[in-house]
Amino acid sequence: MTLRELRPGQYARIEHVDARQPGVVRLMVLGLIEGVEVRHANSAIGGDPMEVSVYGTAISIRKQQADCFRISPLSSNE
Amino acid sequence: MSETETVYVPVEKIGIRRRASASIAVIGNPNSGKSTLFNRLTGLRQTTGNYPGVTVEKHSGIAQLDSSALELVDLPGIYCLGGFSVDERIAVDVILGRMDETPRPDGLLVVLDATHLYQGLYLLQQLMEMQLPTVVALTMTDAATASGIDISIEVLQRHLGGMPICPVVATSGRGLDDLKAALEHIAEGTAPAIPESWPELSSTADQLMQEVGGSLQRIDVIQALIHPDSRRAAILEERIGSQDIRAVRDSLFGDEPPQAAEARHRYRWVREVMHEAQTQAPLLERFGAKTLRWFNRPWPATLVFFAIMALVFQAVFSWATPLMDAIDAGASGLSTLIAGLLPANALSSFLTDGVIAGVGSVIVFLPQILILFLFIILLEDSGYLARAAFLMDRVMRGVGLSGQSVIPMLSSFACAVPAIMATRVIPNRRDRIATILAAPFMTCSARLPVYALLIAAFVPDRSLGWLNLQGLVLLGLYLLGIIGGLATAWIMKRSALRGPKPQFALALPEFRWPNPQTVLIKLMDRARIFLRRAGTVIFTVAIIVWALAYFPRSAEVQISRDNAVTQAQTTWSGAELELQLQRIDNQAAADQLEQSFLGRAGRFVAPVFRPLGWDWRVSAAVIAGFPAREVVVAVMGTIYAVGEEAEEASLAGKLRSATWPDGRPIFTLPMVLGLLLFYAWCLQCAATIAVIRRETNSWRWPAFAWSYMTVIGYSGALLIYQLGTAYAS
Repeated sequence: MTLRELRPGQYARIEHVDARQPGVVRLMVLGLIEGVEVRHANSAIGGDPMEVSVYGTAISIRKQQADCFRISPLSSNE
Repeated sequence: MSETETVYVPVEKIGIRRRASASIAVIGNPNSGKSTLFNRLTGLRQTTGNYPGVTVEKHSGIAQLDSSALELVDLPGIYCLGGFSVDERIAVDVILGRMDETPRPDGLLVVLDATHLYQGLYLLQQLMEMQLPTVVALTMTDAATASGIDISIEVLQRHLGGMPICPVVATSGRGLDDLKAALEHIAEGTAPAIPESWPELSSTADQLMQEVGGSLQRIDVIQALIHPDSRRAAILEERIGSQDIRAVRDSLFGDEPPQAAEARHRYRWVREVMHEAQTQAPLLERFGAKTLRWFNRPWPATLVFFAIMALVFQAVFSWATPLMDAIDAGASGLSTLIAGLLPANALSSFLTDGVIAGVGSVIVFLPQILILFLFIILLEDSGYLARAAFLMDRVMRGVGLSGQSVIPMLSSFACAVPAIMATRVIPNRRDRIATILAAPFMTCSARLPVYALLIAAFVPDRSLGWLNLQGLVLLGLYLLGIIGGLATAWIMKRSALRGPKPQFALALPEFRWPNPQTVLIKLMDRARIFLRRAGTVIFTVAIIVWALAYFPRSAEVQISRDNAVTQAQTTWSGAELELQLQRIDNQAAADQLEQSFLGRAGRFVAPVFRPLGWDWRVSAAVIAGFPAREVVVAVMGTIYAVGEEAEEASLAGKLRSATWPDGRPIFTLPMVLGLLLFYAWCLQCAATIAVIRRETNSWRWPAFAWSYMTVIGYSGALLIYQLGTAYAS
């Protein structure tokens, strides 16, 4: 499962990042790396780009880049 | 070392040193409250300049402490020392003392946002590799407390090699005294120990430093390893051998980009620190939070975006109008006053039609431009700019740009000058230039008077169902501007500006109330840039156009005018005489203009515009309008002998009855539509050209934009006129 498939409001942990794809390094510099928990907070109309929050910071990601993040969903306790 | 060494110190550096005991670079993430803190510390003792060779502004100021003074240099907000953008490269160069006219800082003031410690600590860790004495200002502590974040300063300090950490609330000034006390001793302090987040990189860097014999600093070596394309990398490879460096890189980074490995290692350390230093209490949902979240959903958020933009346009057009009318009235009142005091000669014309009209044409746009600047700054400082970019990204991707081009594009519907200055938020240079080239196509407020005149005069006021033909033409002109701009961006991104797809990795800050002092300082800054760069150009050009239209004076015209006046005075009296005298003066002005340099130029280039259906008068008005398109209406007024401040209706009547020598009307519908299209696409604005020059730092792009827009404006007008005329006959 990749970050693109995460539904709004759901939590996940990043398992693997494919850093070789264009634009991914910039997201890693903002802290989207293996092991961190993320939440799909929001999106623009049509679901692209999506807003992902990590450690309280919202980051905008296009779906194309979201595909480079393999995740495992976490059961949300909300 | 020789015993008698003369050291030359530039005079201006002594000046700075006498007032400030040390120079400190202020650095932090975007939206970390860095500018507000900088303004708090320096007050109005600031100077704004430019870094040589780049368009990034240099802000520095003096912070008065108890027993000394510090020079603070405010650096652009960044997330890493990655060199992704101009801002990041400048930050690195300034900190390393590589920027001309900017002394190497004696220490760093790092601004950490307590609500975004995660990204802040990442940058701080990179900065610690610089081995400079460092003080941390922990901002937004009030917001952190409100969202249940508790940070242990002691634990944080332990992880950061014991550097001073001062919690501050920049907006209220709380904690500022402690920060100043810490800064007082910064220059005597030592650099904090570098955290061991990546032992392999550290030991490799140490080893390489020994091999190159101390000519490169530690940070140089690390940057050279992580950025293989940098200048530092070239130096390192030259000293050590590119083969060996490649082997070192392979063992450190594998087959992934070096910055990816760097992010993994450094963020592992950041997470460990945060785990120990920060606790996040489970939060009770505050009242209204649910409503707020609903407004963040895709459709409501997009509607809110359009509502905000509608408000901005409402403000720019309706709030500015009374001020602009007042400036106009003031300028013409002053002109009348001077014209009454002086005899009608070259000096009086120079003062009224040259200087006052020139200054007037600069400041008449100030209200609109300042209101637009104000809104752009408010959008920036409240964090909404990033949100708008996020919402509109999908739309802009269609033409090869990103959402960050949206606000500049929309702003150019009011005026391209602030819009082009607002493109600085676009980190990718190719995207930025494509946006700059697209912006002048949008229908700005200076085009409207020309559109209004020509549409009212020549487009029949007929209704098509519930639509009005005149309104439809105006709408069509707006669409032409949008199509021209977007097509330009699309073509440029596929040709001269082709490159990797723009990457859209953007942190979306929370909404924050902008700080009035910061907003005011930024507004004054931009107003100054407008007046200095665009204003001087507009003024110079206005004087040149005045001279072209005034000189040479024909004695014959003057004599025949005087004769006509004498004759009129014997024939008419009272109100009728006034009317006739006005008519004679208008005719004389038109005759003078006809044989002036401008009139001659109009005749000279008329053959070029003949295929567009323009006579020499239209050609002359268009030439006069190249520096600033809004003067066209006034020039047409003079040239058609109705006076330059004629009622629109009388000018429109004159235009309708203008004919070629053989009696055919000049202003036919195809000719007018072509003329309108020419105005829609042509870059007739010296201010825009000056600002493009400033923002791209070369004459290449303004020259290209001007030629390109003139060519397509001409071609479009030619096509419409020829096709329209052929169809009509």
